[in-house]
Amino acid sequence: MASVGTLYRGDISMWSWVAQRITGVAVLFFLYVHVLDTALVRVSPAAYDDVIASYKTPLVNFMEVGLVGAVLFHALNGLRVIAVDFWGKGTRYQKQMLWTIVAVWVLIMVPATYFMTLHTIQALFGSTP
Amino acid sequence: MTVTQHDLAVPNTRSPSRGGRNFEKTSWIFMRASGLVLVLLVLGHLLIMNVLDGGVQRINFAFVAGRWSSPFWQLWDLTVLWLAMLHGTNGLRVIINDYARSGKTRFWLRGVLYTASAATIILGTLVIFTFDPNLA
Repeated sequence: MASVGTLYRGDISMWSWVAQRITGVAVLFFLYVHVLDTALVRVSPAAYDDVIASYKTPLVNFMEVGLVGAVLFHALNGLRVIAVDFWGKGTRYQKQMLWTIVAVWVLIMVPATYFMTLHTIQALFGSTP
Repeated sequence: MTVTQHDLAVPNTRSPSRGGRNFEKTSWIFMRASGLVLVLLVLGHLLIMNVLDGGVQRINFAFVAGRWSSPFWQLWDLTVLWLAMLHGTNGLRVIINDYARSGKTRFWLRGVLYTASAATIILGTLVIFTFDPNLA
């Protein structure tokens, strides 16, 4: 088969591999930031409260939903990878497991997003409770 | 679906082995073992800090002071710090090895990665152990 460029044309499972890498790198970069912001507890309570205030703004709050989504996908897909590696029928059911973790991801993200953004939604659109 | 060597997550690094131990195999096992622990600890962390009881809106210095007055949460956070940093650093090391074409690029990217990760692990560990709730 004549291939063009270096793009490997795998099926949907290839994209779970790509997504695992992208979410992993994104979470690692956040981790550097997160250790630095938490380190401000050694500077002063005010310095820490200041930086945490930025985490409570609507924009960053929505980014936190993205972060939780990335971590959750990475965790669920990681469990699937372990199942593929160690479960005898893992490779046979890898695609079913992929759709299962996508479904579980949606089922968890819906209520998680609701609770995470409750305050932001009220602040942006609602009247004071 | 035909399973080939490329479909397997195990790197084909068995031959020729230079020493008694195979670092890539140890790394492969570590990713799965640490991943299992991290699923519990990190999702627990996110649930407590971001979802339950007002989530991030209730977090401030006093909240951290309350949590770290307990050795249980200190140990929890310390374990997440070390395992997540090592897991993430090792993951990015593998990605760098995959995509960096020249030995020089590889060397420098890994150097920056290891430096940033070591500094972050040391800083985070010091913060957890030297935390002072009465800091003015």
